[in-house]
Amino acid sequence: MTGMPSPNSEDLRARYPDVFDRPVSSRLATPAILLGACGIFLFGLVELEFSPARMLTGLQQLGWIVMLMLPPDPGSSLPAYLVALGETLSIALLGTTVAAAFALPVSLLAARNIVPSNIFRFPVRRFLDSIRGVDTLIWALVWINVVGLGPFAGVLAIAVSDFGAFGKLFSEAIEATDKKQVEGIRASGGNTLHEIRFGLMPQVLPVIAGQVLYFIESNTRSATIIGIVGAGGIGLQLAEQIRVLEWQKVSFLILMILMAVAAIDWISGKLRFAIIGRRATA
Amino acid sequence: MTAAVSILPEQQLAALNGFYRKAVARKRLHLMLATTIAFAALFVAGIGAEVHPATFFAKIGNFVSYFDRIGTLESGARVWSDIGEWFWGWRKWLSLLGETILISYVGTLAGAILAFALNFLVAENTSPAPWLRFAVKRLMEFCRTVPDIVFALIFVIAFGLGPMAGVLAIMIHSVGVLGKLFSEIVENIDMKPVEGARSTGASWMSCLQFAVVPQVAAGFASYTLLRFEINVRGASVMGFVGAGGIGQELVVAIRKFYYSDVSAILLMIILTVFVIDIATGWARGRLFGKERHA
Repeated sequence: MTGMPSPNSEDLRARYPDVFDRPVSSRLATPAILLGACGIFLFGLVELEFSPARMLTGLQQLGWIVMLMLPPDPGSSLPAYLVALGETLSIALLGTTVAAAFALPVSLLAARNIVPSNIFRFPVRRFLDSIRGVDTLIWALVWINVVGLGPFAGVLAIAVSDFGAFGKLFSEAIEATDKKQVEGIRASGGNTLHEIRFGLMPQVLPVIAGQVLYFIESNTRSATIIGIVGAGGIGLQLAEQIRVLEWQKVSFLILMILMAVAAIDWISGKLRFAIIGRRATA
Repeated sequence: MTAAVSILPEQQLAALNGFYRKAVARKRLHLMLATTIAFAALFVAGIGAEVHPATFFAKIGNFVSYFDRIGTLESGARVWSDIGEWFWGWRKWLSLLGETILISYVGTLAGAILAFALNFLVAENTSPAPWLRFAVKRLMEFCRTVPDIVFALIFVIAFGLGPMAGVLAIMIHSVGVLGKLFSEIVENIDMKPVEGARSTGASWMSCLQFAVVPQVAAGFASYTLLRFEINVRGASVMGFVGAGGIGQELVVAIRKFYYSDVSAILLMIILTVFVIDIATGWARGRLFGKERHA
């Protein structure tokens, strides 16, 4: 069997000059970016006081901590932890629901197909962006100043920070809807409210329900951390046990959080499927 | 124009109407049930979270006036009347903000490198062994379910106070998230180049290097940039637990009621997040734009 005639490389070079003779700038771009990235990385390591010695002692400490964590053991505080977990789930559920309820009308104002005027839409969008730019933990600190320590501050913190996220997501969902149904309502004599209620809502509600369920799940995670600054829930217990170095309790609490998140994940997956499946056939 | 609607005979109509009403009634019943359950759940949650509407309404004024207070200087003037006084600590804050970005950068890049090394073990089409896939997948799940600030709390004790704990916490969290996203990209590649490489006798490594990586590099870079932006937000609160960055200053200002400092630092954080949001968005656009033209 004979192989293919080996192509003349000079010939190929002449035929595809773009491939063989790329301009220097495009050939150097990738190595330059990589070099720059590595340079900043090394600068960062130095600037942030990384040293092999610190790393080694730290890892040794971490190894000790992991050893001390086994086996996970709640001691005598299991009932308190269960109550705290319930608090966390409540914070996530309530915070997300309140955020969704307030975000829905505002998202209408931020959607291009409802408010065509840029002058009104722009400030609403920037407002939502600024809310999202501030982390949930910071909102929790602010609300603690207002309503005092406890889970209620956590609910309000999650509600406010999710309000920003929902406003953006909902308005995007509304902008992605089909115009024909709205036009149908208008053609049969409906006013603007009718258009929104019967033309838009049936299209966006399944999307919105899916997003809300997803956020309940991700907020179970956020709700665990806002306890660290004193806004109630299981994070408060976790931060306390870490500070007093009760490692067995810490590992038990982490396990509890993992299981709760997995359970919520499962339930919201089922619910999401039920809602979207039913709407799709109805 | 006359409407040509054919009216069905009375009997047929009655039967159809009956079916329609029944169907609607069943739907309404389901909706009512779902609403009741949802409200019951919310009510229970309200008790669990110690919601006191009375407190809320009594103190909501505080929330509004909080923004009034953070907009006021010590002297009682509005903050924008004396920018120099408002941003009195801008040198310190800027350097801390730089540290925050650096924490996010180093943490994200280290996490992305580790995720790059691990994701090929997890993706279904490139994984060398099922047990390895299972083990690494569970590890990644653990890394992304435990919030980064919890890792930071633990690392602060192991590695000491300072930005190192924050970097490591962000790195671990990024490994979990990026590992999953990366492996999903790998699972969606075109397998023909891989088969081509394998048919020439290439090893697993060479297959990855010449057939997989060229297909996924742009997607990986794009997700890493997105993660970098999210991690800047995360790094801004790392200081709350002593893991470096601007969070330390912010938490002190909030707790000690240095109102104008709170607004100054918050404004700087929000602006930084905006700038990084726009910059990474632009870079991601470039990345995919280039990919399409090539």
